[in-house]
Amino acid sequence: MTSEAWTAAESGAAADRRTQDQVERTLSSLGAWRTSETIFWCALPAIWFFLPDWNPLLNQIAIIGLFVLSLDLIMGYSGIISLGHAAFFGFGAYVAGLLTKYGIPDPLLGLLITAVAAALLGFISSFFVLRGSDLTRIMVTISVALILGEIANRMVWLTGGADGLNGIAPSPILGMFEFDLFGKVGAAYSLIVLFVLFLLARKLMGSPFGWTLRALKMNPVRAGAIGIPVNARLVTIYTIAAAYAGVAGALLAQTTQFVSLDVLGFQRSADAMLMLVIGGAGTLYGALVGAAVFMVFQDQLAGITPVFWEFWVGLLLVAFVLVGSDRIGRLPQIIGGWTASRIRRLRKAAGKTGKTGKTGLSR
Amino acid sequence: MMTILFDGIAYGMLLFLLGCGLSVTLGLMNLINLAHGSFAMGGGYLAVIAVNRWGVPFFVSLPLIFVATAALGALLDRTLYVHVYEKSHFDQVMFSIGLVFMSVALVSYFAGHEQVFVDLPASLRERFDLFGMQIGAYRLLIILVCGAMAVALHMMLKKTRFGSQLRASVDDRRVAEGLGIRVRLIFVVAFAIGSGLAGLGGALGAEILGLDPSFPLKYMVYFLIVVAVGGTGTITGPFVASLLLGVADVAGKYYVPAAGAFIIYVVMLLTLVLRPQGLFARAR
Repeated sequence: MTSEAWTAAESGAAADRRTQDQVERTLSSLGAWRTSETIFWCALPAIWFFLPDWNPLLNQIAIIGLFVLSLDLIMGYSGIISLGHAAFFGFGAYVAGLLTKYGIPDPLLGLLITAVAAALLGFISSFFVLRGSDLTRIMVTISVALILGEIANRMVWLTGGADGLNGIAPSPILGMFEFDLFGKVGAAYSLIVLFVLFLLARKLMGSPFGWTLRALKMNPVRAGAIGIPVNARLVTIYTIAAAYAGVAGALLAQTTQFVSLDVLGFQRSADAMLMLVIGGAGTLYGALVGAAVFMVFQDQLAGITPVFWEFWVGLLLVAFVLVGSDRIGRLPQIIGGWTASRIRRLRKAAGKTGKTGKTGLSR
Repeated sequence: MMTILFDGIAYGMLLFLLGCGLSVTLGLMNLINLAHGSFAMGGGYLAVIAVNRWGVPFFVSLPLIFVATAALGALLDRTLYVHVYEKSHFDQVMFSIGLVFMSVALVSYFAGHEQVFVDLPASLRERFDLFGMQIGAYRLLIILVCGAMAVALHMMLKKTRFGSQLRASVDDRRVAEGLGIRVRLIFVVAFAIGSGLAGLGGALGAEILGLDPSFPLKYMVYFLIVVAVGGTGTITGPFVASLLLGVADVAGKYYVPAAGAFIIYVVMLLTLVLRPQGLFARAR
């Protein structure tokens, strides 16, 4: 080999290394922990501590937030449209409820077993989801949820059918903290589980695995062409998301100590989708914020106009699509930018007023 | 046995009438419109208002309802749906679910949660024997109307100028536009016809399907099955699919009542997994 070829190869390798370094730097800067996140995660315990009346609602928000987070993993990051994600939530709720009732009252162990069971269900059904177009996916996800709902409805001796599953009495967490009537322990328990699973999801989505998911959402064919195993990735994330949703359902069963048929209902899947869109898909935090906003509004509004609650939900969905969810998500920035430019213009006009005597507000 | 078959066919025919509009919008215009059932519900409630409250004869109300829901469909298409044709499937799903929720809330606000019935004329209440089959006049009417509609649709799609323009617009929209076909107009008309048929089906089937505010959600899955199993872009595919679905559902509920809707869902899941393009779809 000549010396020129050597230097060329060497500089090529050096360039490769440089690119690699650059990518690593970019990725780690994108995944860096921000101050706003610290504030967010400090605010939740603060609410728990200072507003004990809100604990039941906080518990619900944490649980539904986790559920929407799991939907974000498959819909926001991987582009799988699912209208039956409640299948895993409800499955988890029933599994955890039945475990507690028949033999394993320990909440953490129950959570673990439920996660594994839901993951298994997700793994099996992921192969159905891989097939076909968006429409087929919608139908398959709906039908999995419907089948589970029908089973839960028919197996009255096991699930209680339409009356719901009663008599769930989990033992104290770690043998120390007993679930109380006011939901104080329950809310803390749900929040801690949510926090741990959130960190895990955040780590996962910041890893190369997470970035390949985003790539295959944008263009699956191209992602396959650059060497991403598309189907394997989809199966993996679907399984993980199912486990997450299962854990959320388990938390519901353990903290409210009751499971009703509506955990598997279509409404639950559709609501989760709306919450995800309110908060912003593909951001992780959007799932939590969306769930919180939705639940607080439901808590306040549904009491006043129960019938029309659905109407507002529908109107919101339609509005989001017509206006564009990205634009609504950027609303604070848009308003901020508008105000800033307005102030600048006012200042300029005010400067002119001094000279020409025009009113400050005319354009 | 024969009676079950007959009832199943009547049920399937209804499903076809309700679902074929969806097969057009979904298959031809690539629009996932989950709110299709809302048009059917609208038709049903219009029938209740017209027949029960205003005293319009049942047979006269049917064509009127077709026209009314078709006009509503055209209006919504021009004002709302026009904005989502170019959007992603995700947006379309959310948008149409939003419409479903709104329609459900509106109907339950104005008409209450309870199931409502259309006052059928006495001539439709009769039953008579034919070759050992127990035949209800009402179901016979459904079969006749739906069958006539299916034939008419098939002829329209295959033989008329409108039909060939529609098929051309679907096969290659840009070339069709280049040839001077006004694709948007064609699509609006197709959407309106689909909505009108759904409304007609809702009015005609109110007695069998049961009309309450949850109608669009309850039957959404059935319409989707018709489209997904029957494939899109033809009339025969959804037609055969709805007949199969109708007979299977009625027979299943009669012979294995404990399983309920379970069988239908499992069959659908299997069909989707084995033939994602539908049972009768042309290979592309």
